[in-house]
Amino acid sequence: MRLNELSPGSEAIIDHIEDRESGDPVAVRLRELGFVPGEPVTIIAQGPFGADPLAVKIGFTRFALRRAEASRIVLRTAA
Amino acid sequence: MDAMVDILPLRAALVGNPNCGKTALFNQLTGSRQKVANYAGVTVERKEGRLTTPGGRPVRLLDLPGAYSLTATSPDEAVTRDVCAGRYRGEAAPELLICVLSATNLRLHLRFALEVRQLGRPMVVVLNMVDAARQQGMVIDVPRLQQELGVPVVTAVAIRRNGATDLLDLLDHPPLTGPAPLEGNEDVHVTVRRLLADCVSRPSAASEAFEDRLDRWVLSPVWGLVILFALMFVMFQAVFSWAQPLMDAIDGGVSAFGEMVRHILPDGVLQSLIVDGVIAGAGTVVVFLPQILILFLWILVLEESGYLPRAAFLLDRIMAAAGLSGRSFIPLLSSFACAVPGIMATRTIQNPRDRLITILLAPLMTCSARLPVYTLLIAAFVPDRTVGGIFNLHGLVLFTLYMAAILSALAVAWVLKRGGKTAEHPLLLELPAYRLPNLRDLGLGLWQRAVIFLSRVGTIIVTLSVLLWALSSFPAPPAGATGPAIDYSLAGRIGHWMLPLFAPIGFNWQICVALIPGLAAREVAVSALATVYAVGGTETDAAAQLTPLLSAQWSLATALSLLAWYVFAPQCFSTLAVIRRETGGWKMVTITATYLFGLAYAASFVTWRLALAFGGGPS
Repeated sequence: MRLNELSPGSEAIIDHIEDRESGDPVAVRLRELGFVPGEPVTIIAQGPFGADPLAVKIGFTRFALRRAEASRIVLRTAA
Repeated sequence: MDAMVDILPLRAALVGNPNCGKTALFNQLTGSRQKVANYAGVTVERKEGRLTTPGGRPVRLLDLPGAYSLTATSPDEAVTRDVCAGRYRGEAAPELLICVLSATNLRLHLRFALEVRQLGRPMVVVLNMVDAARQQGMVIDVPRLQQELGVPVVTAVAIRRNGATDLLDLLDHPPLTGPAPLEGNEDVHVTVRRLLADCVSRPSAASEAFEDRLDRWVLSPVWGLVILFALMFVMFQAVFSWAQPLMDAIDGGVSAFGEMVRHILPDGVLQSLIVDGVIAGAGTVVVFLPQILILFLWILVLEESGYLPRAAFLLDRIMAAAGLSGRSFIPLLSSFACAVPGIMATRTIQNPRDRLITILLAPLMTCSARLPVYTLLIAAFVPDRTVGGIFNLHGLVLFTLYMAAILSALAVAWVLKRGGKTAEHPLLLELPAYRLPNLRDLGLGLWQRAVIFLSRVGTIIVTLSVLLWALSSFPAPPAGATGPAIDYSLAGRIGHWMLPLFAPIGFNWQICVALIPGLAAREVAVSALATVYAVGGTETDAAAQLTPLLSAQWSLATALSLLAWYVFAPQCFSTLAVIRRETGGWKMVTITATYLFGLAYAASFVTWRLALAFGGGPS
């Protein structure tokens, strides 16, 4: 599952960030912002138009991510 | 040795993530001893301040732009990266890096601190907002953190008086060498996790309920938009009505001062120059300072409270439809105060194409310099009454003008998007914790903007008012001439020459004359009209009498056409100059000026024709 498929309110653990191209700048920045394997993430809100972007809570930080950006974040499937 | 210390100030730089409270700390440390300029070669704001440590050591403190990483993705971050590494041309390498972390957001900020640490330069770490962290139930083992990081760590509460004394004491004896590289080849995120596990005991999740509860409303699809539009609407009503008493007071003061000076000086050219040129010119513009400050106060409060990025979140999809990201919202909203800082704020947009489009759109946002023109014309031509029980008709017309500008910006963006390629524009926007805006930070921000506005009044505007006064006064009418003196002057002639171009959109020659100095700064058009009419008519008290004069001399259609003109016209050299600086060439300047002039002419033409058709023409 990917972050853009996660239902609002439920928590999931990041498995890895997928590069769309080699050195994908969006993926690099996501890692710098703390989207790294093992971190728990929650979707706290969705944008008013087309449920885009997503407001994501990771640790004590909140970020607004578009669905296309969130789809790079691959989540661990519950065991 | 001590003598050396007395003479040479320590060069230190504040570095940190956005939203770490770095600027509040900078304000706390340096107070009003700040100098705001630009870095050589780029338009990233360079803020430097001076302070003296308790031990008497002078410090020159640089406030570097906030950065998430030294792998820069924006011009702001590139400046921070290069200055930190001592590679910025024309900027001496800082002798001490002060890395500011928010104690409430250590997971994100520690990673950046470790990145700065890898530079191997002398550094200290400031744990800011420790009070907020404590409130969240977080306990931080500072000595342990200092030991593991291998650099001095102090705590601070930047927004509280004396909240940075530990840092000041530390600056008396700053570390002279950089930290040794960390042992092992651990991934930086693993190091952060280890540091957090060793040094921080975290609270239960319950303590964050406040933020979550507030965000549930603010970010909600329905209530979020209701709150956003209510805020925007109240903001414009406030700008219009709160400022009025202050403006009336300034207006009265300036007129009284002009009359006083008129009685002191002997009749003649000098008296006319000072009263009709300098005082009337500066006065009619200074009068709008309250409105501009109230607008800036709103923007600053929205920014400081953490609301602005949330507004960007709500509007991102709309902005995306126009080919932009929510990030463009902040520069565009700032452009409502002035396109110059707005265009400068586009530096935070990483995508170069988004940035160019935002720059093209920024002049369409109704800047505060248009307010004097709007206010004057609305007061002269729109009846002052209440509509629907609560809304002032003046406020409603003003709101309509703002909406017209926003809608046409969306249309222009849509056209531009069709011509562009479709690359991905990331949003990746931090939604910082809510906080109460700090009075000192608001005060300093307002003060800096007031100085910028007044220095523009002091230089460009008064110079132009005097120039226009000269154009309007010379040559003097021949002996025995009838009719107003200005008809014989240079200004009158220029106005008449321009008339054939502007008559089809309903402008008279007085407006044409006022448009010339209005090019340097929009608000000058008001003082220019005052000069033109004061010199041309018998009325001497220019500023106070302009409103009834205009409503008597202009038709409603002319007023509406001029309002439409001002929604679009590229009437501001400062904006064009800043576009030239931000884009590094004249191409964008030419494009901007041409398309805005075309839009302005077309809009005025349509407005004039429609107004004539509906009976708003000259009676």
